[in-house]
Amino acid sequence: MTISEVQDSIIEEFSLFDDWMDKYNLLIDMGKELPVIDPKFKVKDFLIEGCQSKVWLHPDYDGKIITFTADSDAIITRGIVALLIKVFSNRTPEEIISTDLYFIEKIGLRQNLSPTRSNGLLSMVRQMKLYALAFNAKSN
Amino acid sequence: MKDIAEIRADFPILNRKVYDKPLVYFDNGATTQKPQCVIDAVTEVYTTYNANIHRGVHFLSDMSSEAYENAREKARSFINAGKREEVVFTSGTTGSINGIAFSFGERYIKPGDEIIISHLEHHANIVPWQMMCERKGAVLRVIPINDTGEIILEEYLKMLSSKTRLVSVTQVSNALGTVLPVNEIIAAAHSVNVPVLIDGAQGIQHGVVNMKTMDCDFYVFSGHKIYGPTGIGILYGKEKWLSELPPFQGGGDMVDKVTFEKTTYNELPFKFEAGTMNFTGAIGMARALDYVNSIGKEDIAVREKELLSYATEKLSGINGLKIYGNSVRKIPIISFLLKDIHQYDAGMILDKMGIAVRTGTHCAQPVMDRYGIDGTIRASICFYNTKEEIDTLVVGIEKVISMFA
Repeated sequence: MTISEVQDSIIEEFSLFDDWMDKYNLLIDMGKELPVIDPKFKVKDFLIEGCQSKVWLHPDYDGKIITFTADSDAIITRGIVALLIKVFSNRTPEEIISTDLYFIEKIGLRQNLSPTRSNGLLSMVRQMKLYALAFNAKSN
Repeated sequence: MKDIAEIRADFPILNRKVYDKPLVYFDNGATTQKPQCVIDAVTEVYTTYNANIHRGVHFLSDMSSEAYENAREKARSFINAGKREEVVFTSGTTGSINGIAFSFGERYIKPGDEIIISHLEHHANIVPWQMMCERKGAVLRVIPINDTGEIILEEYLKMLSSKTRLVSVTQVSNALGTVLPVNEIIAAAHSVNVPVLIDGAQGIQHGVVNMKTMDCDFYVFSGHKIYGPTGIGILYGKEKWLSELPPFQGGGDMVDKVTFEKTTYNELPFKFEAGTMNFTGAIGMARALDYVNSIGKEDIAVREKELLSYATEKLSGINGLKIYGNSVRKIPIISFLLKDIHQYDAGMILDKMGIAVRTGTHCAQPVMDRYGIDGTIRASICFYNTKEEIDTLVVGIEKVISMFA
């Protein structure tokens, strides 16, 4: 699947629910499926600043694609990270850098996932793109 | 006292819905909602007499200057300060403390001097003193607190010494709701000739504040936390201090005579009011103080005490809920955590139910560190809230527990 196709599938999944509580429950379930981060990466170096809850994000670059693992101490935040990982993990740095994130607007949780809220969504996206930029520069 | 329906009708925003649910506003510690009369006062300025104060000879400028000075008189009378010269308008509590920390530091502080604050302070009563200490080589001392969330008075008394230059403590903890024993703190400091600043940001709106009886040297508060507009606040200072302190900002209106060689300053309180002041805010705040007077400060305190004990009882009954800050002297702030549930998750779900609480550290990280936690959920209640709203909060919390536990 392309990144756009992944975003579209997330939009479709969320569109099945009208009720906000169901959407949150979906987010909570997604958080449970989050790829487990190695505990040794749950340290300050991989902590994302700007979140009310703690988020650890670790990138693994094999020279071709970046694989992200992450965790958070808050469950909703873990769901948000899980969504971002679905979109961005196992992608090349170029793909990550050039991706326009539109699914957030469309899944009906915009108010809660918007950058003005203190969930640090923006910081997470920025950090993922920064890792992609750094790996890209290294391999060029 | 007006009945609760009448009181709530004074605050138009309390009628609104969020996510199709009636708003339950429990974030009064962050900012309070505004009664219609305050909104009207601000509108009235802009629709009928907006003009810069203390400058023009024209009709409107006279009118706004007079309204601004009347607002000062209202503020003076509200805190029972001795003279209008002792009442300075600022941008709010933070602006007031920064101003005093700067001016006091410039005038009196030498390397090795000590400033005492408490472990319950909001960042606004920590950082300005740290900045001043760095500038002047002074030392910041911190009165510790016990597990209940009260300051340990004996430790404070031991801390006071010939090195102490100033004590700056909050009247009420914004994170836990604890009311500090300011009278004892002030009396002890005065016995060794040390002045005291009281941060009234969370105190002014919950009871009677009287400069004559409190006898502090400085008292500061924000208009927006006592049902007034944002961006306006008060710095009260005893005349003997304010006349000795240098201004903390330079600009128009605070001067007597300006030449490029030397500037002499205007008389009190204008010496501390540089540039165009927020006169609209001041006039709005004065109307808010009138409103509080019309409800009755004592009645507000009684009603809030009742709401606090109701909320404490109801919330304590929830399995896994732990309240931080259990002093018997509290204003209606309840800071709590739910077992194994992150405060952020709880806040997000409560929000969706129309309940506004604050989550996080409440700009008081040292308090959270003291308890070894990252933050709390804070319900800060005030007199326009109801027992029914507290019941809604309880239902919300139970929903949160069912979702995350």
